Amino acid sequence: MKEVTASGATVEEAIQSALQQLNIPREKAEVEIIDEGKKGFLGIFGSVRAVVKVREKVDHIELGKQFLTDVARNMGVDITVEVEKEDNIVKYNLTGEKIALLIGRRGKTLNALQYLTHLVINKETDQYYSVIVDAEGYRKRREETLIELAQKMAKKAVRVKRKISLEPMPAYERKIIHTALQDTPNVSTYSTGDEPNRYIVIKPKDIK
Amino acid sequence: MLIRSLVKPLVDHPEDIQVERREEGNKIVYHLLVNEDDIGKVIGKNGRVANAIRTIVYSANSDETKRVYLDIM
Repeated sequence: MKEVTASGATVEEAIQSALQQLNIPREKAEVEIIDEGKKGFLGIFGSVRAVVKVREKVDHIELGKQFLTDVARNMGVDITVEVEKEDNIVKYNLTGEKIALLIGRRGKTLNALQYLTHLVINKETDQYYSVIVDAEGYRKRREETLIELAQKMAKKAVRVKRKISLEPMPAYERKIIHTALQDTPNVSTYSTGDEPNRYIVIKPKDIK
Repeated sequence: MLIRSLVKPLVDHPEDIQVERREEGNKIVYHLLVNEDDIGKVIGKNGRVANAIRTIVYSANSDETKRVYLDIM
């Protein structure tokens, strides 16, 4: 992290001097005033110079974008990353050729990228960000597939009068299924097993 | 390079990252070494971070005749 301590006749002058040394604009700086300084008598006697410490602000969201771009490039994929931020949710949309390589089977690679990006942007920060990494609308398509699967399996469970276990899924994919079936009157859903092999069971309501 | 770009932003001592690559027959083995203080960060609870790193490294392997392994120590 870049940081300098600078002094000046006034606080403002000290800040300007520090910004010049760091070569960054004011909005990228975090300023800590160490000594406000004193003008002194008639501006001559007993004056004390102002001292400030200026640090370059780390843009954590930008850090995440850089991380994804670097990793993709090293995987041999050139991507464009578009960032959307809403409250504490940061969403990275990846587009580019060979994007399938970044998604992987059932989103496995994309989920790994999402998890690591989450760690990268939440490292050394008081603020907590929730991270979504998406690639060319994959999350939306997957959600539709999961809802369809949920409805199909719920019907099947009722028809065969047996519990049906789905394959293991990450937490937010299970949530999509729980939500999709919560208003379906004749089945209930629950999760069982330990992460990362936790899976959903769909149970017809009239059996134990 | 890929392994380095995955690990560097996660650790406190990026200067201590070492990646060694060895080919043994049809295996490519990478050995990742990090500063002692950073080992927990690249392994994670129940190996979750290590697994995410492995998933990405394995999926980037374009040589289908060779299998890639990643050792972390």
